[in-house]
Amino acid sequence: MSELKSNIPEGPLKDKWTKHKNDINLVNPANKRNIDVIVVGTGLAGGSAAATLAELGYNVKTFCYQDSPRRAHSIAAQGGINAAKNYQGDGDSNYRLFYDTVKGGDYRSREANVYRLAEVSANIIDQCVAQGVPFAREYGGLLDNRSFGGVLVSRTFYAKGQTGQQLLLGAYSAMNRQINRGKIEAFNRHEMLDLVLVDGKARGIIARDLVTGEIERHSAHAVVLASGGYGNVFFLSTNAMGSNVMAAWRAHRRGAYFANPCYTQIHPTCIPVSGDHQSKLTLMSESLRNDGRIWVPKKKEDAEAIRAGKLKPTDLKEEDRDYYLERRYPAFGNLVPRDVASRAAKERCDAGFGVNKTGEAVYLDFKSAIMRYGKEEALIHGNHNPSDKEIYDYGKKVVENKYGNLFQMYEKIVDEDPYTTPMMIYPAVHYTMGGLWVDYNLQTTIPGCYAAGEANFSDHGANRLGASALMQGLADGYFVLPYTIGDYLSKDIRTGKIPTDSPEFDQAEKDVRDRMTKLMNGSGKHSVDYYHKKLGKIMWNKCGMARNAKELQEAMDEIAELRADFWENVKVPGSLDSKNAELEKAGRVADFLELGELFAKDALTRNESCGGHFREEYQTPEGEALRDDENFSFVSAWEYNDNPREAKLHKEQLTFENIEVKTRSYK
Amino acid sequence: MKLTLKIWRQENAKAKGAMKTYQIDGIEGDMSFLEMLDVLNEDLINKGEVPVEFDHDCREGICGSCSLQINGEPHGPDRLVTTCQLHMRKFNDGDTITIEPFRATAFPVITDLIVDRTAFDRIQQAGGYISVNTSGNTIDANSIPVNKHDADDAFSAATCIGCGACVAACKNASAMLFTSAKVSQYALLPQGQVEAVERVENMVRQMDLEGFGNCTNTGACEIECPKGISLENIARMNREYLSATTKG
Ligand SMILES: Cc1cc2nc3c(=O)[nH]c(=O)nc-3n(C[C@H](O)[C@H](O)[C@H](O)COP(=O)(O)OP(=O)(O)OC[C@H]3O[C@@H](n4cnc5c(N)ncnc54)[C@H](O)[C@@H]3O)c2cc1C
Ligand code: SF4
Ligand code: FES
Repeated sequence: MSELKSNIPEGPLKDKWTKHKNDINLVNPANKRNIDVIVVGTGLAGGSAAATLAELGYNVKTFCYQDSPRRAHSIAAQGGINAAKNYQGDGDSNYRLFYDTVKGGDYRSREANVYRLAEVSANIIDQCVAQGVPFAREYGGLLDNRSFGGVLVSRTFYAKGQTGQQLLLGAYSAMNRQINRGKIEAFNRHEMLDLVLVDGKARGIIARDLVTGEIERHSAHAVVLASGGYGNVFFLSTNAMGSNVMAAWRAHRRGAYFANPCYTQIHPTCIPVSGDHQSKLTLMSESLRNDGRIWVPKKKEDAEAIRAGKLKPTDLKEEDRDYYLERRYPAFGNLVPRDVASRAAKERCDAGFGVNKTGEAVYLDFKSAIMRYGKEEALIHGNHNPSDKEIYDYGKKVVENKYGNLFQMYEKIVDEDPYTTPMMIYPAVHYTMGGLWVDYNLQTTIPGCYAAGEANFSDHGANRLGASALMQGLADGYFVLPYTIGDYLSKDIRTGKIPTDSPEFDQAEKDVRDRMTKLMNGSGKHSVDYYHKKLGKIMWNKCGMARNAKELQEAMDEIAELRADFWENVKVPGSLDSKNAELEKAGRVADFLELGELFAKDALTRNESCGGHFREEYQTPEGEALRDDENFSFVSAWEYNDNPREAKLHKEQLTFENIEVKTRSYK
Repeated sequence: MKLTLKIWRQENAKAKGAMKTYQIDGIEGDMSFLEMLDVLNEDLINKGEVPVEFDHDCREGICGSCSLQINGEPHGPDRLVTTCQLHMRKFNDGDTITIEPFRATAFPVITDLIVDRTAFDRIQQAGGYISVNTSGNTIDANSIPVNKHDADDAFSAATCIGCGACVAACKNASAMLFTSAKVSQYALLPQGQVEAVERVENMVRQMDLEGFGNCTNTGACEIECPKGISLENIARMNREYLSATTKG
């Protein structure tokens, strides 16, 4: 087995990034004008990278499948973004953010990357405020913070429940400035269908204009993939409908290793599934766990009565409620990390305490928070003897101010008022920690092909902490990639424009055309969604919150069978040369059908439980995850094979020099 | 629920479109409007017909992709929601629902229910930003305190999702609500002051160039806006514009 080169700089953890920046080659401004960079994806990672690269002087082309860069999936992020600013004076520091992230990731991430992330985090907030991002503020005019799961400080910056929107609009505005200067050319409603390699280096992409159906060739000296995560392999997830793995998977097929595909985050607080028609799931931000308390009835009879509609949750007395997170994890309570909270909800529902029709829901209750805030507000307003109603009204205002849009979203979907009756929530697929393997410079195993944001595997190990994806996306795009890519591009200053009439481009275009023709020529038995839903069921049932060897093996077989059926019998109506949503979906599902099998294989290979990867065979008597550091302290990086179960495993050993590796405990 | 759907079908930008009628059954109140269209499309695919094209992505009211004119109203009959957040429980068994694309000269139809809203991007490119470099040598965030009230108002203006419902609702197809939301966000923040004059001039010029109509203060935009962007923003932009043009 070959060793992967992570290219982590020498020296003490604290100095690595500074030293690296001083050591790497730079491209002088005049030469940057002769260098082209393609950025696929305009979310936080791609948008920020594109804007910064253009500002530095490179010629940038961006690609996204939506009609505008502003609509990338990052727009939907709700709760917030972390940064080690220590504005609250509660003991935060770069080291603590680094420590929390490594521990939160269950000791399966790279120390050097995570430390760098913590180091640049504060700068992100400065940057965004300078751009006019309207973060929440306190009465004194300074920035406000909230807490997220798995940490004991308040380091999360937010803009109500629309933090991702505000950050993305910031990056979009930075992009717009460069578009206006002619430094970025934006190709919207375009989908990357393949990566083109010339002499082993990434030199361009094949893309489809989604309106005209035209297949286009685009060349560059380097290609950045910032195409987001692959949670939609489960069909139902909190991701946008179009979120997909295509760009990353095409690169994987061309030689980029895919790391830790089985590390998936199942988020504890989502609106439960209501029926078979469901097309996606909606997140209720983790920030709600700052103020909401999670519970189920203590007695099974009560749960049954609630399910039958004979009992209302508000009728249940305090002593008849089981605040199971507070009970099991007194130190962190409702703010345990996501993987822990999700498994705990599943455990209660599996045991028969679920509270909706399907038995797959628990309560998230704001009553105590409303009353607590109400008392405070009453005092602030000089009301020293408020009635319960007054307290409630004051408190409701505060909660509305903090989470108003989330409560409204919930009410529209569920048709119940969460101010008066507790929300019902259940875990759902949300984020993928796995992704393209990258070294310290964010370069994949293909020279000149970089990956940023959720598309790479880099910083979150086996479980991501809340509010850290936005931080990572912007860190990669604004502060890391623009430096590290320069080192590579410095060797390209004399290369000149990359021609697109080479045999390599010819071949890649032909491959793309053949594949699409094949998709259009299925026997026409079943729609794309039929296959996607089937794949999703297999993934959820056998590769979801709890996995075991037998079912993982079954999943691999079932997915392989489904894939064969898909290629033979899928039905794609319409034509190749026009807008064709079914064709777009078919291309994405084809890739999910390969990824799904590799996912199961990865989970089967990892004979331990860590973070979001929970293997039933490996647990403590109390049902907590049982890691095996001796045998599994490595990153699994898979080399592509047409038959995913034959993919070749490469291991990147993880070493911890600055953190003592311990059992993760939130008790 | 059983429904009759009258849907605008148009093969491409150049083709002539027409309304087409479809019958659909088995719709439940818990379905979203777009899930209802999913059911219709699955049906059409199984019958060998070409499904209806419509824009959508997040399906939770934040990306601004979805954009249908439902029974004559942008985003349908409910208030403060986008089409993807509209639920079928707002309709009754036996209803006839007409579904058209957003109509405006500046939003040409691409196909079926999809329109081209890139004019909005170009308005933003003309000046919807603060010219700071992104490479990180900025000052500490808390060295720019912002009055909470202004910060909250700037945030409210910044929640515009760029869906275009305001344009579709307006008899003049004016883009004032959209443009003023961005101008307001920056006008309310100290960071936005430096370029205030050029910003409002450039954005308004681009808005006019794109062929959006004039604002005659009918307020339909505010009523249909899924994010509750307020008419105050238009007033603020007018003040900014006036002071910019008298200065300049
Ligand atoms: C509902 C929700 C709430 C969240 N809340 C938070 C939060 O509060 N805090 C936090 O830190 N994280 C949160 N996350 C996670 C976070 O939003 C994402 O991980 C992050 O935004 C991903 O950003 P990205 O730039 O990597 O990719 P994305 O924003 O997903 O962007 C992907 C881009 O790639 C493009 N693309 C994809 N495939 C192709 C292709 N083949 N060709 C061309 N273009 C392509 C898309 O058009 C898009 O522009 C949340 C996630 C969800 C789902
Ligand atoms: S102002 Fe309202 S209606 Fe207009 S684009 Fe923005 S969100 Fe949509
Ligand atoms: S699909 Fe995103 S707002 Fe409706």
